[in-house]
Amino acid sequence: MFEYAPAPESRDIVDIKPSYGLFINGEWAEPLAEERHKTVNPASEEALAEVAWAGEADVDRAVQAARKAFAVWSVMPGSERAKYIFRIARIIQERARELAVLESLDNGKPIRESRDVDLPLVAAHFFYYAGWADKLSYAGFGPDPKPLGVAGQVIPWNFPLLMLAWKIAPALACGNTVVLKPAETTPLTALAFAEICQQADLPPGVVNIVTGAGETGAALVRHPDIDKVAFTGSTEVGRQIARSVAGSRKKVTLELGGKAANIVFDDAALDQAVEGIVNGIFFNQGHVCCAGSRLLVQESVAEELLDALKRRLSTLRLGDPLDKNTDIGAINSAAQLAKIRELSEAGVSEGAERWSPACPIPDKGYWFPPTIFTGVAQSHRIAREEIFGPVLSVLTFRTPAEAVEKANNTPYGLSAGVWTEKGSRMLWMASRLRAGVVWSNTFNRFDPTSPFGGYKESGYGREGGRHGLEAYLAV
Amino acid sequence: MTTPLAEVASSASTLRAFLHGLPGVDRVGADARAAMLATRSIKTTAKKQAIDLAISMVDLTTLEGADTPGKVRAMCAKAMQPDPMDPSVPAVAAVCVYPDLVATAVQALAGSGVKVASVATAFPSGRSSLEVKVTETALAVAAGAAEIDMVIDRGAFLAGDHVKVFEEIAAVKAACGQSHLKVILETGELATYDNVRRASWLAMIAGADFIKTSTGKVSPAATLPVTLIMLEAVRDFLSATGRKVGVKPAGGIRTTKDAIKYLVLVNETAGPDWLDPDWFRLGASSLLNDLLMQRQKMATGRYAGPDYFTLD
Repeated sequence: MFEYAPAPESRDIVDIKPSYGLFINGEWAEPLAEERHKTVNPASEEALAEVAWAGEADVDRAVQAARKAFAVWSVMPGSERAKYIFRIARIIQERARELAVLESLDNGKPIRESRDVDLPLVAAHFFYYAGWADKLSYAGFGPDPKPLGVAGQVIPWNFPLLMLAWKIAPALACGNTVVLKPAETTPLTALAFAEICQQADLPPGVVNIVTGAGETGAALVRHPDIDKVAFTGSTEVGRQIARSVAGSRKKVTLELGGKAANIVFDDAALDQAVEGIVNGIFFNQGHVCCAGSRLLVQESVAEELLDALKRRLSTLRLGDPLDKNTDIGAINSAAQLAKIRELSEAGVSEGAERWSPACPIPDKGYWFPPTIFTGVAQSHRIAREEIFGPVLSVLTFRTPAEAVEKANNTPYGLSAGVWTEKGSRMLWMASRLRAGVVWSNTFNRFDPTSPFGGYKESGYGREGGRHGLEAYLAV
Repeated sequence: MTTPLAEVASSASTLRAFLHGLPGVDRVGADARAAMLATRSIKTTAKKQAIDLAISMVDLTTLEGADTPGKVRAMCAKAMQPDPMDPSVPAVAAVCVYPDLVATAVQALAGSGVKVASVATAFPSGRSSLEVKVTETALAVAAGAAEIDMVIDRGAFLAGDHVKVFEEIAAVKAACGQSHLKVILETGELATYDNVRRASWLAMIAGADFIKTSTGKVSPAATLPVTLIMLEAVRDFLSATGRKVGVKPAGGIRTTKDAIKYLVLVNETAGPDWLDPDWFRLGASSLLNDLLMQRQKMATGRYAGPDYFTLD
């Protein structure tokens, strides 16, 4: 037996302060609100730092700072704005290892993922949108498109720094200023990003970071001097936001939940399809809005594919997120773990068959083993509700038409994957799937040049690519 | 798999239908999987274990026109005792030479447990008649080769003449008698990963005991994705037939880091059952000294210069 010895990435590279204030107008501000909470390492339940939960008055200060900065930032030539954004991108690359370790500590995701996926994408988003800053006249939104003003942005805990990049990079490139609220369980990389803004000499107030939970986010969204609301998170909160901004002038983009189908035909490249299924649902512990949480497999290869999938799952390595050989890290919070457990138990009680590989679970922290449900019916909760955890529901189909019908039969429509070696079938499927992204023989691949967003309850608006500019321009 | 494998080769059409009915290989996905496994970080005790395992899997090879009996004898001495200063270093698995030098190697290695492998069948191009290939194999076996590394007829394979390739492998296998047959696919000439998978199955159905990537005379030689596909093939062949086949990447593996990447690939693809010199080999020459250097560094904390490792 070939056991890999522990290969932990050193955490000495990060310097976490015991306590953080708010980042307003280019400097650290003491919060007016008195509430403070600890952010914990979900792999060990150790408290990492204390952060403020900003109140209405704090949010107001941040919005005012952003409004003042808008006067400077919005009239700056695009080529000058680009210099700042390029500089931010380069600093992110220089500090990539530190940010990756910090992200893994606060979020629980494996260092291999934060190092090889998250951080390169974060830098790429800033580089990409920096390039647009002086070319907006050529983006197809008129000869001289104008920014909106102050953007209020609320991001989730699953990809803290990457979601920050998706929000801040296009906003700044278009000439807007921002107030961003990171998730309460993962504020640390956003606070590190505040330092990077200082390091890049970004004019004060262009980026403001206010930490807190749902109340802080709600205060930001309903603030009257916000021109644009951008939210990524649950459909439930997305609905509340849509309600609170209804009837106002605020422009909104919502990137919400998903229950993506990953569709495997009998002529697929099986070994790569297995990898794609694993990457679709077990990447980032399944904390991915576009996760391939429903596997639709053609009946004629179902058994063969499931055997191969189970064999593959037995090689997944769950454990210390900072170990470079870890494939599956910790669940982000106790609350999320409880939700995953609740839905998994519902799966069992509704009659689906549950399977997990033999997988030692650490004593401390929040963990859930990779899990497959077979014998799942379309009506089961685990086939309809977003679990947001490492849980795969397996369904079968016989014909391409049935695959399309089942894949589309969900209130969501964020992403889908199709596995076939036959090009004509791939195109036939892609044109019929109601999903913002359809991956062809791959899954969970992201690129700043490619627009991302949903149908139906998965939200509206697009982020990324040229399309992503529209959300931040007065068009 | 509806047709029993014995019947698959009964005609050109069934053989073709079978090989083309194997699941395809998506190049992007296979490359990504191999690249991901190459990021595994093997340190401390695991690295020590991997280095000794890798040494014991080396097929120490010399396949030059300029080879002499003296050079082969020197290589055999190194194969039995890779580091004269440190008897705890395991011996390598085999030495691999041209047929005319088999007798020399057999004599030099007598009683050591290190096997003698011989290339045969008009190595490296395979461009000769079946009679010549069989005769060459028989001569190498008669001279004492315990393992025969044959090359397939890539021209026939690429032209779609699977039956010719099959029959040659079967004939050489028959000529091997008790000796083990390694079938070299020369993946650098097969052009696609689909072809690598088909050639792997073709060789296994025809009786290969091992499938081997390359002669070392064609670039690219062994690569991680190609080895991944071959490991998947032996894994699937075992579950389809109950017969276990070994894998040997050869050519271009020069550093300890490379060798460890291959071991990780084996461990997480075919599984730990293949982590044994009976089922996995590394065809290499200069790799051995790097393994020895890293081994010594792990033991002493210092790197010795290249002059502290023998050049044979």
